[in-house]
Amino acid sequence: MMPVDQSIQNLTPEISIRDLNFYYGKTLALKNINLDIFKGKVTAFIGPSGCGKSTLLRTINRMYDLYPGQRAEGELLIEGSNILDKGVDTIALRAKVGMVFQKPTPFPMSIYENIAFGVRMHERLSRSRMDDRVEWALTKAALWDEVKDKLNQAGTGLSGGQQQRLCIARGVAVKPSVLLLDEPTSALDPISTMRIEELIHELKSEFTIAIVTHNMQQAARVSDFTAYMYLGELVEFGKTDDVFIKPKDKRTEDYITGRMG
Amino acid sequence: MSEHVQHVIRAFDEELNRLRTHVLEMGGLVESQIQAATDAYHTGEIKVVADIVAADKKVNDFEQMIDDECVQVIAKRQPAAFDLRLIMGVSKIVTNLERAGDEAKKIAKGARRLHERGQFMAPGDAIDVRHVASMAVTMLRQALDAFARMDTAAAVEVIRSDDDVDVGFKAIIRQLVTFMMEDPRTISGAMDVIWIARSVERIGDHATNIAEQVIYIAEGRDIRHPPKEKKA
Repeated sequence: MMPVDQSIQNLTPEISIRDLNFYYGKTLALKNINLDIFKGKVTAFIGPSGCGKSTLLRTINRMYDLYPGQRAEGELLIEGSNILDKGVDTIALRAKVGMVFQKPTPFPMSIYENIAFGVRMHERLSRSRMDDRVEWALTKAALWDEVKDKLNQAGTGLSGGQQQRLCIARGVAVKPSVLLLDEPTSALDPISTMRIEELIHELKSEFTIAIVTHNMQQAARVSDFTAYMYLGELVEFGKTDDVFIKPKDKRTEDYITGRMG
Repeated sequence: MSEHVQHVIRAFDEELNRLRTHVLEMGGLVESQIQAATDAYHTGEIKVVADIVAADKKVNDFEQMIDDECVQVIAKRQPAAFDLRLIMGVSKIVTNLERAGDEAKKIAKGARRLHERGQFMAPGDAIDVRHVASMAVTMLRQALDAFARMDTAAAVEVIRSDDDVDVGFKAIIRQLVTFMMEDPRTISGAMDVIWIARSVERIGDHATNIAEQVIYIAEGRDIRHPPKEKKA
C-alpha cells in the first residue's frame, strides 16, 4: 500500500475499493486495486490507453454486467456494502452512481423527456414536481437558461456541448451520490469543455465525482485527487497538487511530463 | 536530469536544453564580471570598470531572454512535475544572477572611486576582501555546477559555505571599524570598502538562493525558509 498523506486521512470515503481484480475473460485488466474515492471531491483517473482507468470506472456502477465474460473480484464498498456482491440491485446502484460517457448520448426524445425518463424509473412524481425536478437538474447542469424555451424539442438537436450537459443533467436528475464521467469532454470544443469543467467544479459540493480523462491538464484543473494507472495497476494516488508538481513515482513523472518512451 | 528519458515531443527537450545552456552562459558571464571587479579592486587596474559596467547590459539581456523563454515554454508545453519546477527555478535563478551582476557593477564602481581618490587600503594579513570575494565566486560557480548536474549534494555544500562568507564579511567590518576609530581620515575609504564587502556578501546570498532552487528543481523540496532552530 502506498504511503497516505495525513490530510487525506480526515476525509470520508464515498467509495472504498479493496483488492479489486477485473477480468475480461481470462485477461486480468485491473490488478489488485486499493483506493478510496472521497466524498464531495473530484478524483481524476489518468493513464495511457488500455491502463484500466475506464474499466475501473465501469466497475463502480457495474456497467460491465451488461457484457458476458467480464467479472470483478474483491470489494467495492459504497455505504458499507460490497456492490460487487451477487444480490445487488444494479438498477438502484446506477441511480446512486450515475455515469456520463465520452460521446453525448441523448435519448431520441424531447429535452424534457430526456430528464424525466430516468426519474420515472425510480420515482413517481406528480406533473408539477416532475417539472420542478427537470428544471432543477437542467439548472444544476448549467443548461436551463439555454433550453427553457424549447423543452419539447428533440435533445438530439442541441449542440455537442449542450448534449453533454443534458446527459449530465439526466445523471443528476435521479439525485445520485456519485457521478462517473468517462472522458466527458473528449468530443467537445474548447469552450464547451471549459463549461463542463466549470460545471464539475459546481457539482462537487453535492456529488462525489470520478472522472477519466486523457487530457492531463484537465485532470490537473478539475480534480482534487489524481490516480495514475498503468497496465492495470494503480501506480500512484494522491492530491492533485502533489501529483502534478512532485509525483512520487518515476512512471507518473514520465507520463505527466510527456516522456513515455 | 540525465535520468529522465526524452520527451515524446523532441522540440520540448530542445527548448529545455536551450534554457539550461542560456542559464549557464549567463552564469559564466556574471562570474567573470565579479572576478574582474574584485581584480580591479585589488590591482587598481580600473580601466576594466567600464567593461564590467557594459557587460551588465548583456546580463540584463540574458535575464529578459531567459524569462521570455520560460513564459514560452509554459504557454506552449504546459510543463508538469520536474519540467515545471525547472521553469520556475530557472526564472528565480536568473533573477539572482542578474542581481549578482549588479553587485559586480557596484564592486567595480567602488573600486574605481577608491583608486581614483588614492584611498585603497589593503587590510594586510587579516581576512581581506579578495579572500571573501573568491569564496563568493566559488559559491556561485559551484551553484551553477550543481544546477548543470542537478546535484543536490553540491547545492547543500554551497548553502553551507555561505556561513563562511558571512563570517568573513563580519571580520572585514570589525577590522575597518578599528581603522576608522584609530584614524578618522580613513572613514571615507573604509566606507567604500564596506560597500564592496557588502556586495561580496550579497553575491554569496544569491549563490545560496540559486543552490536552494537547484534543490527545489531536483527534489521538489522548498528549503528557503526553514523553521527557526537554535544555532549549535
